[in-house]
Amino acid sequence: MFMNIFKYNFKEQTNAAPLAIFRLFFGFMMFASIVRFWANGWIEKLYLTPKFQFSYLGFSWIKPIGDYTYLLFIICGVSAVFVAIGYKYRIAIIIFFLSFLYIELMDKTTYLNHYYFISIVSFLLLFLPANAYFSVDAFLRKKQYQQIPKWTIDSLKLMLFIIYLSAGFVKLNSDWLFRAMPLKIWLPSKYDLPFIGENLLQQNWFHFAMSWSGMFYDLTIPFLLMYKRTRFVAFLFVVFFHVFTRVLFPIGMFPFIMIVSALIFFDATLHHKIINFIRKYILKSKTTFLLVPNFYFSKLKSKVVLALFTVFFIVQILLPWRSVLYPGELFWTEEGYRFSWRVMLMEKAGSTNFKIVNLDTGAYFRVHNTDFLTAFQEKQMSYQPDFILEYAHFLGDHFTKQGHKNVGVFAESYVALNGRLSTRFIDKKVDLYQQKASFKHKKWILPFQSEIKIKGI
Amino acid sequence: MFKRILLLFVAIVTICACSSSEEIAPEQVDSFDRSAMMKNIADNIIIPAYEDFNSKMSALKIVGETFITTPNQSNLDALRASWFAAYKTWQSVEMFDIGKAEELQFKFYMNVYPVTVNDIEDNIANESYDLNSVNNHDAQGFPALDYLLHGLADTDVAILDKYTTGENKDNYKNYISAVLGQMNTLTTSVASDFKAQRNIFVESTENTATSSVNKLINDYIFYYEKGLRANKFGIPSGIFSSTPLPEKVEGRYKNNVSKELALDALTAVKNLFEGRHYNSSETGLSFKAYLIKLNRTDIATGTSSQFNTATAQIEALENSFATQIGRMGGITGMTRSYDELQKAVVLLKVDMLQAFNISVDYVDADGD
Repeated sequence: MFMNIFKYNFKEQTNAAPLAIFRLFFGFMMFASIVRFWANGWIEKLYLTPKFQFSYLGFSWIKPIGDYTYLLFIICGVSAVFVAIGYKYRIAIIIFFLSFLYIELMDKTTYLNHYYFISIVSFLLLFLPANAYFSVDAFLRKKQYQQIPKWTIDSLKLMLFIIYLSAGFVKLNSDWLFRAMPLKIWLPSKYDLPFIGENLLQQNWFHFAMSWSGMFYDLTIPFLLMYKRTRFVAFLFVVFFHVFTRVLFPIGMFPFIMIVSALIFFDATLHHKIINFIRKYILKSKTTFLLVPNFYFSKLKSKVVLALFTVFFIVQILLPWRSVLYPGELFWTEEGYRFSWRVMLMEKAGSTNFKIVNLDTGAYFRVHNTDFLTAFQEKQMSYQPDFILEYAHFLGDHFTKQGHKNVGVFAESYVALNGRLSTRFIDKKVDLYQQKASFKHKKWILPFQSEIKIKGI
Repeated sequence: MFKRILLLFVAIVTICACSSSEEIAPEQVDSFDRSAMMKNIADNIIIPAYEDFNSKMSALKIVGETFITTPNQSNLDALRASWFAAYKTWQSVEMFDIGKAEELQFKFYMNVYPVTVNDIEDNIANESYDLNSVNNHDAQGFPALDYLLHGLADTDVAILDKYTTGENKDNYKNYISAVLGQMNTLTTSVASDFKAQRNIFVESTENTATSSVNKLINDYIFYYEKGLRANKFGIPSGIFSSTPLPEKVEGRYKNNVSKELALDALTAVKNLFEGRHYNSSETGLSFKAYLIKLNRTDIATGTSSQFNTATAQIEALENSFATQIGRMGGITGMTRSYDELQKAVVLLKVDMLQAFNISVDYVDADGD
């Protein structure tokens, strides 16, 4: 298999239909996500209500823009529809990518791996000829391409490979495999599910079976999808697995997005069937286009895109493993935890309160977190060190501005991880106001003290 | 190679599937019986507490009327004693911010302290007030009675003068009557409504944001953190301000009861956690039993013993927290108590909620 990669033929062409279907479903899924987000009132709740936003390092200039935030979501939603139907595709996907990225960068409290997934897939789509076939653009130019370079579709497959394999490898740790954590906490709490809630979900063996099969699933499913003989069964697994996780966990649209994405692995026959179905029953159109056999990138463009993709994928392969550069327990410090496909991997909660100290006199008072943070923000802040630091700086600035002198900010923080008893999390003697935000190791996080260590990846 | 992996995968899933069909045998319930826990809490804790409080409130109203008719020293003493008895019982009731209590904002009409003396005096002088108004939260309830019975003047004789010979003596008496009337009406309504809703309450055990069991637990922790830890200890000790605020203690005019009230509240919190029946040593299913069922004896016993540590710490304080705070170095005793109470906040809010997997909010999450 590795030899195949080296022998990869970048000139090979393949049928354009799978990419067209991917574009169509992806676009509509994104539109549905935006509508759902709005309908749940989350724009207001997550972006407009909070007085303070947690920013990604270096992106503190990206903030919600008041009521215009709604406009941003409209732009994002409309461009998703344009992407879906393939109308003015290139502009549409650029606008979608930028507006979605902006939304994600506004506040890291809402960070989800699947939002990251959407961002990087739409980044790839920026460069792919997803409107070559079965699109409004093709209709308007009265010309559609039957074949596109094979590497364009393979790049999406490669992305899914990286995601599944990373997600599988990071499950190879003692908490997941030998303590069945965090499923042992999550599954029994779904006691209110019909049929299985009161019995199956309560069984110890079931928690282990779910943990292990989840790990095997992630590590094998991309291969099983690759090979024709196993593909159909693999797809059934994909559907079952994601629907099951959707029933159990509040993970929104993600399962459906993954199910639809997995279709990219199928032969074009399936995609043609889907397209014919849509033509016949939804569009009711009999228009035929001039079919041009092959879509090619210009030599230069192809070189540039391939070079860019090479760099992109090297980063994608390495990024999940950057955590090895940091000392200490990853689940505890979370240094290198995000953007690494560690999905549903731990149950962590904390309680973090701050003391504002006059460093000259030693006089101090404590802060009510609810004065500044929403319940959701407080929850997220309480166990993630970068949030704690950013909030400490916010508090320091706030009280300095109010006229307090020689402000020092100290945290009383306790965190519980994967069913261990809570222990102190942040060194209470460190003035967080003096600590700079950076990608360096945060020395003020106390070492993970539990006797039940976490071994593995 | 891949065939083998596939085989393994299929095998595992098949095993899961087969065993699961065996497991789904009818009437076999492995999970903790939340409904039984809710029944214990409703029937043996909440309802008896409401009933006791309701009868103490009726008694208080009667004694109050006697005082209003004949304001003399012995009737004043009787009213004060009745006020204190009801106030103590209130400590077992305040944490149940459910149903009618939540809807009416019961606790805001019963126990907002400190009161705003100017508001009370204005109400009395003008006799045009609406006790249902949000602006009068801090001019009624137990703290207002505390002021009217202990805080009007320095001596009992001078206090009695306000009701016997003072310029506004009728207004004062009317105000006591109005405050007592309001407290009684609300109490009766909350207590009877809870009894009427009891069956719905004990059956609402899903793991959702609106189920009774989750609301009860969330409200319980909120009360412990805010009503008990912050209001009774943190705020007067100056934990949240630059200087101590001893005038913000509970029962400040009586001025020798803040410790007793706080201990009653903490006992009630502990009793609910352990499922101990109201005014009895018998116990039933509880949060603690639930934790033990989930194999989290560490949290269960840790929390109980932390409540005991906090109790011991508080018992060493002065009867009046205002005195304690004013005493040389006395503030340390208060902050130590606060710290011990805070440790239990962590156990309840972080460890227990994690074990129960109760979420604070409805938002998408993927567990990181």
